[in-house]
Amino acid sequence: MIIRPYGDTTGDGMVQLSFTLPIPHDKRAEGAALQLAGKMGMDPAMLVHAKQMGDGYTFFVVYGKVNHLVDTDKVHVVERDFPLLSAKEVNAAIKRRLRRRLNVVGACIGTDAHTVGIDAILNLKGIAGEKGLEYYSELSVTNMGAQVSVPDLVETAREKKADAVLVSQVVTQRDAHLQNTRAMSAAFREALPAGRRPLLIVGGPRFDELMAGELGVDRIFSRGTTPREVASYLVHALAGSPA
Amino acid sequence: MAGKLDLDATVVARARALAARAGQPVVDLARSHTTVSVERAVLRLAGVTGADPDGIPWVNRLVDAVRADVGLGHGVAVPVFHAMETTGVEDVTVLAQKAAAGSVRFTVPAAPGRARQRARRATAAGLKRIDRRRAERDRLIKRHGDPKQRPWIYLIVATGDIYEDIPQAQAAARAGADVIAVIRSTGQSLLDYVPEGATREGFAGTYATQENFRLMRAALDETSKEVGRYVRLTNYASGLCMPEIATLAGLERLDMMLNDSMYGILFRDINPIRTFVDQRFSRQIHARAGIVINTGEDNYLTTADAVEAAHTVTVSQLMNEYFAHEAGLADWQLGLGHAFEINPDLPDSFRLELAHALLARELFPDAPLKWMPPTKHMTGDVFRGNLLDGFFNLAGALTGQGILLVGMMTEAVVTPWLSDRDIALQNVRYVLNGAGNLHEDFTPGPFIRGRANQVLSEAIDLLERIVDDGMLNAIADGTFGIMKRPADRGKGLDGVEKQDEDYYNPVVEDL
Repeated sequence: MIIRPYGDTTGDGMVQLSFTLPIPHDKRAEGAALQLAGKMGMDPAMLVHAKQMGDGYTFFVVYGKVNHLVDTDKVHVVERDFPLLSAKEVNAAIKRRLRRRLNVVGACIGTDAHTVGIDAILNLKGIAGEKGLEYYSELSVTNMGAQVSVPDLVETAREKKADAVLVSQVVTQRDAHLQNTRAMSAAFREALPAGRRPLLIVGGPRFDELMAGELGVDRIFSRGTTPREVASYLVHALAGSPA
Repeated sequence: MAGKLDLDATVVARARALAARAGQPVVDLARSHTTVSVERAVLRLAGVTGADPDGIPWVNRLVDAVRADVGLGHGVAVPVFHAMETTGVEDVTVLAQKAAAGSVRFTVPAAPGRARQRARRATAAGLKRIDRRRAERDRLIKRHGDPKQRPWIYLIVATGDIYEDIPQAQAAARAGADVIAVIRSTGQSLLDYVPEGATREGFAGTYATQENFRLMRAALDETSKEVGRYVRLTNYASGLCMPEIATLAGLERLDMMLNDSMYGILFRDINPIRTFVDQRFSRQIHARAGIVINTGEDNYLTTADAVEAAHTVTVSQLMNEYFAHEAGLADWQLGLGHAFEINPDLPDSFRLELAHALLARELFPDAPLKWMPPTKHMTGDVFRGNLLDGFFNLAGALTGQGILLVGMMTEAVVTPWLSDRDIALQNVRYVLNGAGNLHEDFTPGPFIRGRANQVLSEAIDLLERIVDDGMLNAIADGTFGIMKRPADRGKGLDGVEKQDEDYYNPVVEDL
């Protein structure tokens, strides 16, 4: 399907944009802002707001029409390739196929102290009205909390005979989430032979779901993931999807 | 502003008495132990400066050398100043260099009187420098004045490069910031030494070093003159080097320091005993230096639910107050923390926030409370974020908060851009200008009063459990912020030693 941005009329192509230029506010600065908008494909562009900040910077808001077309058939994303199960179905599938509880170990690694992501997925409380993995009777969950070192994580995963390891990275700078994830997957490859390695899953708002292979993990979950999606994936990957 | 919640004075008194009972064993623990960082702070006050070619400070080298010979239980002051006498070295930094080279042996003299006297003279000179910086602050405040309004507006800069931070901090002050905080580089809290010199590289923050402190304070002194109000500077006395950083802050006239009694334990997995020992000493220094501490209760709510865990904030505030008073801090120095972190989708979330904020205000009427903006429920939706920050600002004005950390609509998206900061300050100015005195017209009804009293009574229940269970056990059980931190684990435990009978710390003698 071919689409365009939508302001208030189908096909109007309207977008909004804000940015700062490192010059004081005057007529020339406004012209410069419009020039940038034009080069970004906004035509016509309307400068609706300009405000000087300090001595040498100006903030702009520009509205305008873009002529680019978007072809939704040419978009590449990771589509959910497993069925979404209810908690009951998840438990039943694990019971039937694994005949034991499925062990999950979760942690925030590196210096990240923000457990909000891992807690949303693991804690009983869950998120957005959905209970976390602790709620699933056939899942045995160990939440190691924040600032867990990679060696500690590997050790705990080994000790708990983890089927899956969930790592969350919320606050990250200079791509620390990518470096941490690579270090983590490398450590697991080194510590355990292929057949005994747990499923490695990372999650966090800054991850690109397409990077799983590059980072050496089995799956990446990004913003907005719910515990149920993670549980369903665990069943799909470790116990085979139910018929 | 006192008295809007009808808090029962006997209940409040009971809460304080319980906090004192819960805290007493921790104070006893702090008084009977020392740490490598406390001893290094003593040596810094005694005049040891600089670092070896690898960047390891001479204070670290000297404490390690003393420890290897006689342990820490006597305190380092006596062995060090005894060695000065026996070796004839006059400069304590030179002694550190010789000790690092292995050419000095440390012993504890049978009659330590002379060494004690010399040590105390040396550290008294360091404390005198802190006293002079405090007097200088008082003079500058008199000359340039305090901010016109409350709450004071607190803004963060953090580029990693002190020379980039300086113009940003000055610009923020010109745009209305009353307090500038320079966020530290990620992970500095786990370094067991304080880096040296001006630094130009950091991760999501700038290293706390004595030279960086000095540079930034000097720049803000210039800006204070220009804007006609004294612009305050904040850094972080936390992590493994808390006592040393507190000392450097006093020496370089920083004005506020983040210094929570439990943050390091809960969020950095630093050993509880290490933290309490370090914290007591750093608070004694802060008291002496006239520094306002900021506590970190806001952090509990980033991991626990802000409604269910509201009373843990109150408990922690009471504990922080007790520990602070015990260490000699006055009420005006207690920037007790709390935060606007209730899920905005919850019905009456704003009324609950007002109840919690007013409770803190009325429990601690003379403390400059530090009001922290929403982070947990900030999403990539910057428009909604800006609205949430507006309500946060309004709650701050309505409940008489002392220090308002400016919320950024791009929280959880990027480190703040210039334009984010400008928009955030516009938000604060609009609210304070339009509704800054609304508290005069605001009388809470039964919902807010009831909620505040409920939180207080839950806090008392929890304090009772902590008294029964013991503070260290409560921390081990995950009572605060859900994290479980046993007393025999965590980072920095190997830097803790029990004080011997003859332990001597010349700084503590003078504090």
